[in-house]
Amino acid sequence: MAQVHLRSVVKKYGGLQVVHAINLDIADGEFVVLVGPSGCGKSTTLRMIAGLEDISGGEVLIGDRVVNDLPPRERNLAMVFQNYALYPHMSVRENLGFSLKIAKRSQSEIDRAVDDAAEILSLTPLLDRKPGQLSGGQRQRVAMGRAIVRHPDVFLFDEPLSNLDAKLRTQMRVEIKKLHQRLKSTIVYVTHDQVEAMTLADRIVIMRDGHIEQIGTPLEVFERPNTTFVATFIGSPPMNMLPARVGGGRVVLTDGTAFDIPPGHKVEEGQDVIFGARADNIMPVGHSLPATEHVAEVKMSVQLTEPLGTETLLFAQLAGQEVQAKMLNPRPVASGEVLTFQINLDKCHLFDAETGASLRV
Amino acid sequence: MTTDRTHRNRKRALRIAHFIGLFIAMSIICIPGLWIVLNSFRPTVEIMAKPPVWIPNELNLDHYRAMFGGNGQGGVPVLTYFRNSMVISVTSTIIALLVGMGGGYAFARYRFKGKAALFVGLMATRAVPGVALSLPLFILFARIGIIDTHFGMILAYVAMNVPFTVWLIDGFFRQVPRELAEAAEIDGCTRWQAFWRVEFPVARAGIASAGIFAFLTSWNEYALASQLTRSVYSKTMPVGLLDFTSEFTLNWGGMCALAVLMIIPALILTFLVQKHLIAGLTFGGVKG
Repeated sequence: MAQVHLRSVVKKYGGLQVVHAINLDIADGEFVVLVGPSGCGKSTTLRMIAGLEDISGGEVLIGDRVVNDLPPRERNLAMVFQNYALYPHMSVRENLGFSLKIAKRSQSEIDRAVDDAAEILSLTPLLDRKPGQLSGGQRQRVAMGRAIVRHPDVFLFDEPLSNLDAKLRTQMRVEIKKLHQRLKSTIVYVTHDQVEAMTLADRIVIMRDGHIEQIGTPLEVFERPNTTFVATFIGSPPMNMLPARVGGGRVVLTDGTAFDIPPGHKVEEGQDVIFGARADNIMPVGHSLPATEHVAEVKMSVQLTEPLGTETLLFAQLAGQEVQAKMLNPRPVASGEVLTFQINLDKCHLFDAETGASLRV
Repeated sequence: MTTDRTHRNRKRALRIAHFIGLFIAMSIICIPGLWIVLNSFRPTVEIMAKPPVWIPNELNLDHYRAMFGGNGQGGVPVLTYFRNSMVISVTSTIIALLVGMGGGYAFARYRFKGKAALFVGLMATRAVPGVALSLPLFILFARIGIIDTHFGMILAYVAMNVPFTVWLIDGFFRQVPRELAEAAEIDGCTRWQAFWRVEFPVARAGIASAGIFAFLTSWNEYALASQLTRSVYSKTMPVGLLDFTSEFTLNWGGMCALAVLMIIPALILTFLVQKHLIAGLTFGGVKG
């Protein structure tokens, strides 16, 4: 087990810089998820930790060793790839034992390690099959088995669930979490799926265009996003973002609707801001959580509903923008029906309209 | 009911038409070969008969006996030709495969300056007909004294086969996902081990097919060999066929018998590696 440290790590392809001097400290046994949209540099960062990409600048440390110039085989890592990368000409048993065979361990030791891993991942009946004879979920488990056989310092996962269907993905997510609890190993996990990030991570690193936007626990990044990007990327449905201006000590939307300034924000008179509120904090009167101290009320016409069972997602219009709200204990709502909504200002956010940075103090 | 029956009849008719079409196509491909095999067992009178005798009256091994017989009995040094062909084809195939694997791998995996131009250049060499090269090659080989040697023939065939093996093997390595080698490297392999233990076995179907093509090209080649070989020391089997021609006669039976002997090793090799050829590249290691 080991910590991983990135110190001003840079990646350039010719003149094109894809990772911009990022710094990250991952504690021993921590599960860190790098999340962001395609092309944000998260996979490149992971591959630099793995040694599959050269590091153009800065340092990568595993434990207290600088590993910049070490080949992958000397870093004592294991990696699970998006397409599994199982060796197609080897049986599951050979796939699992390959790294130990390369390390010239005794056959009995290899057999024991393979059997243990197969037991943990319920692969024992499949040991003599070839990867081509396995289903997607089974292949994924073999790929994970291949990683745990080696008892590496750090596990790297590169979008390991994106090739699975929705049901299997949920199932494997639980398996990965259990595996982490069992092995207590350091894990760096890359995904573009914010739900995976939220459910798996001890800490989430949100990346965008080669920069780190925010690092924090899942609740921190959900409740206190540093930027509009984080606010809209994390959470489903994404946070509603309404352009507004500060006037008369209140937040005024483009159609003149005004709210009190959400507590904990520092704004200036006349400042252009973006008012952010999650669907969970906009609810029709009578179908919401008990009122908090700072509540605003607003009438909106409902355009569309998405019943989800225990709650219904409402699509309404406010200040010329589509706003998503939630209705607890739902009742049928007709399209065009005007409802009064309560907005929980304690949980709302203000961002600078120009920089997108949070104005929370 | 009626539409069902019409549908079924039409389906059956189509299947029969399909079968007949395939039979005709296969006949066009196979009959010349069969004719050679048949002629090697028939007396010369029957081979030369006009109109042709389709169903043989008599089959014997006279042509084979004569071919292996001594001088004056129509004999030719078959075993020497066979050995020459074998040495030249096998050696040139192994070299072309090794170079092809190195080149194909480099083209498939690495980025380097002038890669596209180099690849096109390599392919362009295949555009020159072999026979057009025979005179320049003859002069060159004669000057440096490698005419009528195994070495000269091997050199010529390696040059002929390398662009093809590079091209074919490049295509197969492109289909081997890069992640396999990366996974092997993380599992503790050196770059070299990752190649031999993972990428090579996965691409071996492609490498086997490149090997067959290279071998058959060398084994059957006539135009260059007829110019660059002079004596029994280096003559290959296709050139040996010419031994059956003399000023006024052509020994068709003997020629056919030697041709049959030529076909056998090629057939055996094809059977041996056809498993790999058919298996192709049906990977299961990565999500397909």
